Formats: sequence, structure tokens, C-alpha cells
Amino acid sequence: MKSRGGNPKSEIRNPKEEGGGSGGNQGLRAIGAGAFPFALFALTAIGAEVGMRATGTEYCLTQLTMALYYALVTLGLCLVMGYAGQVSLGHGAFFALGGYTSAVLTTHDVSWLQGGTLAPWLKSARLLVARQDSYGSSLLTVSPWAAFLAAMVLVTAVACLIGYPALRLRGHYLAMATLAFGVIVNKMLLASSLAGAADGINGVPEWHLAGGLTVSGKGLARAQNYYLACAMVLLTVLVLRNLVHSRVGRALQAIHDGETYAAAMGIDTARYKLKVFVLSALLAAMAGVFFTHYTGGISPSEAGAFKSVRYVALATAGGMGNLWGVAVMSTALNYCSLRGWFGSYDNAVFGALLILLVSLAPEGPLKPLGTWLRGLAGKRWVPRPAAGERRAASETTASRAAEGRAGRGAA
Amino acid sequence: MTGENLALQYLLSGITKGSVYAAVAVGFNLIYSATGVLNLAQGEFVMLGGMVAVTLAQYVALPVAVSGAVVIVALTGCLLEILFFRKLDRHSVLHLIIITIGLSIVLQEAALHIWDEKVRSLPYFTGNEVSSVHFLGATISPQVLWVLGTVGVTVLALQGFLHYTLQGRAMRACSSNPEAAMLAGINLRTMRTLAFGLSAGLGALAGCVISPITMTQYEMGTPLAIKGFAGAILGGLGNPMAGVLGGLLVGVLEAASVSRLPAAYNDVAAFAVLLLVLFVRPRGLFGAGNAGSVREG
Repeated sequence: MKSRGGNPKSEIRNPKEEGGGSGGNQGLRAIGAGAFPFALFALTAIGAEVGMRATGTEYCLTQLTMALYYALVTLGLCLVMGYAGQVSLGHGAFFALGGYTSAVLTTHDVSWLQGGTLAPWLKSARLLVARQDSYGSSLLTVSPWAAFLAAMVLVTAVACLIGYPALRLRGHYLAMATLAFGVIVNKMLLASSLAGAADGINGVPEWHLAGGLTVSGKGLARAQNYYLACAMVLLTVLVLRNLVHSRVGRALQAIHDGETYAAAMGIDTARYKLKVFVLSALLAAMAGVFFTHYTGGISPSEAGAFKSVRYVALATAGGMGNLWGVAVMSTALNYCSLRGWFGSYDNAVFGALLILLVSLAPEGPLKPLGTWLRGLAGKRWVPRPAAGERRAASETTASRAAEGRAGRGAA
Repeated sequence: MTGENLALQYLLSGITKGSVYAAVAVGFNLIYSATGVLNLAQGEFVMLGGMVAVTLAQYVALPVAVSGAVVIVALTGCLLEILFFRKLDRHSVLHLIIITIGLSIVLQEAALHIWDEKVRSLPYFTGNEVSSVHFLGATISPQVLWVLGTVGVTVLALQGFLHYTLQGRAMRACSSNPEAAMLAGINLRTMRTLAFGLSAGLGALAGCVISPITMTQYEMGTPLAIKGFAGAILGGLGNPMAGVLGGLLVGVLEAASVSRLPAAYNDVAAFAVLLLVLFVRPRGLFGAGNAGSVREG
């Protein structure tokens, strides 16, 4: 096993170059540079909340929280697209599957179980809870935690089922397979009365996580939900960052740079792709569950092709392999459109921004911005690459260029 | 009406819709062969074709309006290629595909703001809404014949162009081996622009002939792009004629599912079959073993 990671590793693009704003140096500096964006993000998040409270615009936090949940989906896609080099046009469907599973289970009355022998046991295990709906009639439903676990299990199964054959396809065929999956899920939701057909499901109860923490859309819980969403985004970036810098990440990089090449290196490409795909589907589903409890409902449009395409577009606009870029761009753009800043020009602005960002800054807007800021701050901030690193960097550029050429069909 | 006739009726309606998907699928293939890019804005060309023709038809005769629309949209296609794809040399294929998504959104929004959200249509080319032709026991609108005829003739003409003219052969050379084509003195960039122009024009023509039947609206492009993409993939990317069959198949499957399943499921059957085909034959029904793998690898 070890021989696999020996020489070839140096050929593979250094994942650090893709992560956050790190200069790519080892030791303390790398940790410092790695922690810097986390601190910056946390400070910005707190600053936004304090600022909104000061100006009396706390209601904006609701949209910001929703945008943060959407960012989780985009972050998952970032892993699939930027690191494994695969396109999934079906992530909206995973988001919806997660949300709908949770919504159906927590709103569907199962009081017919009441007389059975199982009910007391299920109740004592907190799998079922008795509660009242907004009209005051009493219900017996699955508890949110149990529904969350069920959603995770279901999405894992579905993602494996779709991913196992689909990830053996390459390039555009995979995109089509996931797109078809998304359309099928969307239409099934629209046609199913259990899922509320075109209206979706409303009246999803709040979710008491632990302690006083509750996922709910109530005004009083607005700030804590906002911080919860921020924490989830931070945690996701942390986990994905560590994953990307691990053996798995290097294997993914190799797959991204050339699948045949990676396979020749002994990497089980299909297995790695499947793992990453399932992980990102789970992230999307988790976002869906939290989103559904937060907004109190979900509609079939969440599974629509347009949503899925939008996630892919946001991941690309953020720089694809750049976790921070993706998190920030996705949150910012979704927030603007949820607040309705551009009015009826929302889609037009989104399309135009997408074209501009992708054509002018294919690596995401944060990287050039960071380089520029460091340049402004003075030379000492610019990490001068050592001779070896510079060579590695130029190799990277060369291999990227080669990949680009091969991609354009000129090779 | 007997069951047999009903089946024929559904089949014909499937083929009519399918021929538009086929036109979109051929457009996908033309651009894909020449550039390796999937142009997801392909459906917008169909929409633009219909819109421009409807507007022109207010001032000039129908044939002039249709040809005018085709020329205008084809030029738009060329312009898009020159403005965006020619400049972006260091971008990966994935980035270019995302740019086509952006273009599709912008074109759609532009159409919404230039025209409006109203549903329009061209007049029937011959006859009107109620005139019908009897065909093997099924009753069809003469416009269906126009659609089938126009798309059929155009696709055949395109096939002739690709195989028997110098330009067409040069275009195929670009897709099979761009470097060798360049060495042989073929101007790759011109060929790519030509590919965009051709597929935009083809889409626009399909948009014109289908307009009296399905109407034209600014939102119609996206579903068409999805179905056309499905057709191209089903046939096997990179082969225009396989794309025609793929597109027709998607249309027929759709019509068949409408006849058997509740309306809400109308896309489910077509896409489920597509998924199954992909899992059994990963390169589509007629895809060559290694066509395109150089680009995607």
C-alpha cells in the first residue's frame, strides 16, 4: 500500500494550493494561514449578526441562515467537482430527499400504532413523540432525531444505488445520469399525495437538538439558528479541508488530473468517486433536513433541475476546488437572491455574474483577491516559493494546461 | 377510435415532439464534436428562433420571417462563440459548460425583457388549427408534416454537408483529430464558429416549425435542452445521426408514458429508460467505444 503513495505523490497537484488562502508552507505558518480564514469567517458572521441587530434588520438573518444551509450543498458539490472532477446535476434532489423524508415522518400521524405493542417501546426510545399540531389536535409522529437518521440512511442507500453504476460512466454521461435522477425525483414528489404534491409539506415541527438548541423559524430562535448554521458551515469546511489534505484527498486529486493515470497508480477510482459522491449527497440531505425544520416546510421545487444546476453554477463561481471561495460565494449570492435584491432581474444578474466570474476568475474570486490584498499589504505577506515549490507550481500549471488542452480537444 | 389507431396517434405525436428533440440533439453533437463543450444554451436557440420569427412575421411574409429568424439566430450563435469561447483558452471544458449555463439563463432573461412572458405562436404554415390530414387511420395536423419534413430534410442536408463537402469534411476532421486537422491547414477557430452557427440555425428552424403546435414562450428552452441532451446521450455523444434517433426515442417514450401513466409522471418514464440504458451501455445506444474519450479523459 505504501509504495502507492511514494513517488507519484509529488506528481499530483498539491491539494494545499487549492485549500483556503494558505500559502502552501509547512509547519506553524500553514496552521496559522489555515486558521486565518476560519477566524475571519467567524468574525464576519458575528459582525453581520451584531450589525443587523444594531440597525434593526434582524429579519435578514432568516435569509442568511437559509443561504448558509444552501452553502452546505454547494460545499459537498465542491468536493465532487473540484476534487474528484465529476459533475452532479442531481444534488437538489438529495437536498429534497433529506428534507422530505424528515418532513413526511415528522408530520405524518401514526396514532394508529397507539394500541399496538410496539408503541410504548418506540415512545420510550423517543422514536415516536406525541405532540399537537397548530390546530390543537394531538398527533403521534416520528421524532425529528429519528426522522433525521432515517433521512440519512435513505439518502445513503439512494446515493449508492445511483452512484454505483453512474460513477462508472465518465464525463458528460454522469452529468446526464444525475440530471435524469433529479428530474425523476422532482416528478415523483409532484405526483405523490404523501409528499403533498405541488404544495409540498407545511407544518414541520421544530427540532430540539440538545440543551436549549432548537432548529426552528421562530423569531426568538433566529440568532441561535443563525449561529447554528454558521457553525455547521465552519465544521463542514473543516472536515472537508482535512479530508482533502488526507490520503483520500490526494487520491481524488489524482482522479481529477487524469482518471486513467490514477487507476494505473493503483487507486480504486470508482470506490473513491462513490465515497465522495455519497458524502456530498449526505451533506446535501443534512442541509435539507435542517432547512426543512428551520423553514417549517419544503416544496417540490427544491428538487427541480434548475436548483441542481444552480448549485453546480454556484460551486463553479466560487472556484470549484476552493472551499472558502465556494462557501462565501454561495452564501452571498443565495442571500442576495433570497432577499430579492435584484427584483425581476434576479436570474439575469445571476447568469451574468456566473459568466463574468467563470470567464474572468475560473479559480474563484477569492484567490485573486487574496493575492491582490497580500500584494497591497507588502512583500512579507507574499510567500516566496522555494525553488522546489516553484518547480512544482510550474509543473502544476503545465499539467493543468495540458489538461485544459486535452479538455478542449486540441491535444 | 380503436386502440390501434390511438397507439398510432400517440406514436405520431411522440415523433413530432421527438423531431424537435432530435434537432436539439444534433445541435449538441455538432458543437460537442467541434469543441468538446456541451452547449446547454442549445434550447434557447429554439426559443429565440420562434420568438424572432413571430416578431418578423408581423412585418413580412411567413417564409421570409422564418428564414430571417434562422439567419439571425445562426449569427447570434456565431457571435456567442466569438465573444466567449474563442477568448477562453485556459479554461477547462467544465468551466465552458458552466458558461453555457450562464448564457442560457441570460438569453432566457433577455427574451423575457425584450418580449414578455406571453405565449405566442406563428400561424399554421398551411391550413389552420382545425384542418387535419388522415394518415393510416390517425388524424394529424398538416403542421406535423411540416415539422417532420423540415427536420428530416435539414438533418439529411446536414449529413450531406458533413460528408460530401470540403467544409463539412474539414469540420469532421476537427472533431476526430484537431491537431492533425490544424496541420492540414484547417482553421480550427472558423470551424468552431461554424459549428455554433449551424447548430443555432438548426435549433431556430426547429423552433419556427414547432411554434404553431407547441407555442413559443421564453421559458421553453430549458426543458428542450434537457430532452435534447437526453437524446444526444441516449444515441451516443459525438454522432449527429445517433442523436436524431435518440431524440426521436425520447419523444416516443414521452408520448408512450403519457398514454399509460398519470400525467404527473410524464417525464419519469423517459428518464428512467435513459438511466437504464446508460447503466447497461455507458456510451449510449450507438456510441463508439472510444469516441470522445480523448477529450473527456
